[in-house]
Amino acid sequence: MKYLDEFSNPDLAKRLIEEIHAVTTRPWAIMEVCGGQTHSIIRHGIDQLLPDEIEMIHGPGCPVCVTPLEIIDRALAIAARPDVIFCSFGDMLRVPGSDRDLFRIKSEGGDVRVVYSPLDALKLARENPDREVVFFGIGFETTAPANAMTVYQAKRLGITNFSLLVSHVLVPPAVAAIMESPTCRVQAFLAAGHVCSVMGTHEYPPLTDKYKVPIVVTGFEPLDILEGIRRTVLQLESGRHELENAYPRAVVADGNQAAMQMLNDVFEVTDRAWRGIGMIPGSGWRLSHAYADFDAEKRFAVTDIHTEESSLCRSGEVLQGLIKPHECEAFGRECTPRNPLGATMVSSEGACAAYYLYRRLDMVQAVGG
Amino acid sequence: MCLAVPGRVISMAERDETLMAQVDFGGVTKDVCLQYIPDAAVGEYVVVHVGFAIQRLDEASAQETLANFEKLGILEEEFGDGFELAARQAGVDLPAQAYATSEGIS
Amino acid sequence: MAEATWIGPIPDPMPGPAPAAIDMDSWVCPAPLRDSPAIVMGHGGGGAMSAELIEHLFLPAFGSAAQAEMGDSAVVEVGGARLAFSTDSFVVKPMFFPGGSIGDLAVNGTVNDLAMAGAVPMVLSTAFILEEGTALSEIGKIAEAVGAAARTAGVKLVTGDTKVVDSGSGDGVYINTAGIGFIPDGVDIRPERAEPGDLVIVSGDIGVHGIAVMSCREGLEFGTTIASDCAALHGLVAAMLATGADLHVLRDPTRGGVAASLNEIAKSAKVGVTLVERDLPIPQTVRDACGLLGLDPLYVANEGKLLAIVSPEDAEQVLAAMRQHELGREARVIGACGTEHPGMLVTRTTLGGTRVVDLPIGEQLPRIC
Repeated sequence: MKYLDEFSNPDLAKRLIEEIHAVTTRPWAIMEVCGGQTHSIIRHGIDQLLPDEIEMIHGPGCPVCVTPLEIIDRALAIAARPDVIFCSFGDMLRVPGSDRDLFRIKSEGGDVRVVYSPLDALKLARENPDREVVFFGIGFETTAPANAMTVYQAKRLGITNFSLLVSHVLVPPAVAAIMESPTCRVQAFLAAGHVCSVMGTHEYPPLTDKYKVPIVVTGFEPLDILEGIRRTVLQLESGRHELENAYPRAVVADGNQAAMQMLNDVFEVTDRAWRGIGMIPGSGWRLSHAYADFDAEKRFAVTDIHTEESSLCRSGEVLQGLIKPHECEAFGRECTPRNPLGATMVSSEGACAAYYLYRRLDMVQAVGG
Repeated sequence: MCLAVPGRVISMAERDETLMAQVDFGGVTKDVCLQYIPDAAVGEYVVVHVGFAIQRLDEASAQETLANFEKLGILEEEFGDGFELAARQAGVDLPAQAYATSEGIS
Repeated sequence: MAEATWIGPIPDPMPGPAPAAIDMDSWVCPAPLRDSPAIVMGHGGGGAMSAELIEHLFLPAFGSAAQAEMGDSAVVEVGGARLAFSTDSFVVKPMFFPGGSIGDLAVNGTVNDLAMAGAVPMVLSTAFILEEGTALSEIGKIAEAVGAAARTAGVKLVTGDTKVVDSGSGDGVYINTAGIGFIPDGVDIRPERAEPGDLVIVSGDIGVHGIAVMSCREGLEFGTTIASDCAALHGLVAAMLATGADLHVLRDPTRGGVAASLNEIAKSAKVGVTLVERDLPIPQTVRDACGLLGLDPLYVANEGKLLAIVSPEDAEQVLAAMRQHELGREARVIGACGTEHPGMLVTRTTLGGTRVVDLPIGEQLPRIC
């Protein structure tokens, strides 16, 4: 794919890695915010190629990992209804609720469908006027414009059998919450490139000023990640704490104004509980009053949900970078990728799942395998 | 949240008063909503996430970024095969003739 | 990474009737989610859940009646002759896809299972389960495809069965085929035979079939020129055997892709398998489609490719013979077996890092994150 494959060039990657080695003189803890960045780091083995002084802390930037348990339980209850076609991105299907996941609902007869785009769900609503179609609208600011446009269209075209179950979360409040934590170890952030494609970069200088941390807007391909890290280390080494854009081909400071206008119209800010982390004020979006009719939470007033997180799961502490996955007592025992207790073990870029694979490798090698 | 890829707009059309486009991602084409980049032109590159173009892809900027990477490591020639060096730096034991040893890759 | 290697506790197997040999990281005390009382789609994905269903439900139930084997087909001795016997069921949706149909798959799938044991396929049975209301024209097309594939493969269709289920109970057409083949003397091809030092060869481009099918799946459709690689491989296998080389393992990487097959072989033979990413033959179109949907080509199904594990001394002549055959023109070495990380599949990434490629858990789904 043009403008994608070039950014995996191994020779250029090697140069960037060498540069990073050359400029790193002290230990640094850097958090990459976005789950897609974590995925790329693990998939290419990037963290193994960095100097030992650099520790990448995998951030809570995976909507799968942080979607509140209560919303998942709500989604499961709605999906179980016989009159509903429940549409979702593939990522959400294995995320555990209090006692089930969407796959199990499907096995019990629920009509659960994976779609690529929320517009596919809207299409299903038009094609099935006698069914209720619900789309699971999770994601960060990157995905919100798509969900917004879809519900805007539903309203405009009068597609009344469509509704959205919204659970959007916002990056800047999360960054602030992480920095406010007294046990925070993060010294710099790689900001989520595609979130900034939509929202621009203006929300970040207040954070660099307040918390004195470098924030570098970073892409997702290996060269992008390495460049983001390189620029971050340069800032850290020279004591700077600024916003930088290391992904200029897809990010401009003002973001996408048309998208932001739609977001303003369709959503409003709300407090949101991040799974494992807790309530972060003003960190989410919900449907605005004008779109209340399309809010699945209102349309399917689910009352009898008993939300209970596994008492063993410490994914919240992992998400904040406070503990490493293997420091959780359940890690590798009750909680494995096949039997996940929390979302960080389900998602392939969840920190726990990633650790599980690689620590198994170390374990096997250490035991003389 | 994150998986967005660049594609080239090959045709555009209004559908239900919404601007849609056929976008080419190299080997595959997909219907994409262009409503958020209303002034996009055929032939331009856009960044696509879940069926929506969320931003333009600035081709000149992409070229410039790659050119900057090229300028790094001017002493590159001294180090020989890039892949090997990266492997060595990673502590990975990867013999130059990758499959020659009788123990295979280990 | 700047931290000590974790050597965690080795998880205990589930209490209760002990299944046959368990590996150390399987089946820990089930967390609430794992206690699924019903089949879920993941059980059919060809990954860890499918394997567990067989190992922990079917095999124990069959008891001494079972000749437990992890290969694609069973070897049965009958009056001094060694026969390969295999069965497979085909439930693919959509039934017609670029490059083929469920009919082609039904024949070639079982022919290939036999071929992977080094057998010359001779006869097939075909059992159809038809959903009430399916158009006869569709059944006709599928039947023609079955006939054509059988003629191309040189196998006879000797017996069969047809059943009809209520509308809504099936999915159009399900086909089961079972086949018998004759294994020539001296041919001993089994996953356990992989040895440290062996090389891993693939016969051609990977990821083609799965992407072709996905391109017309509802909710995910995209335009592409990719057509399924569905083909009968026994001619290629015969050419490889004719070199006189002692082939250790053959496997057609269908559900779960190359990743599932090599994981299974690694576990069966207790060797570590290492792939070299830059040597993987992935067509650009497959890369692009995977990039768009967030899929990993290593987990995508193939229907006309095989993996061969051979000693390094035999590799060159086997490759030469493969490249002479129309189904092996792009054959190449993609990795090797070793003593490190036994039971695991690991990839050397193009950047020089290491990536563990785990057994897929269920079916691979598109992702947004």
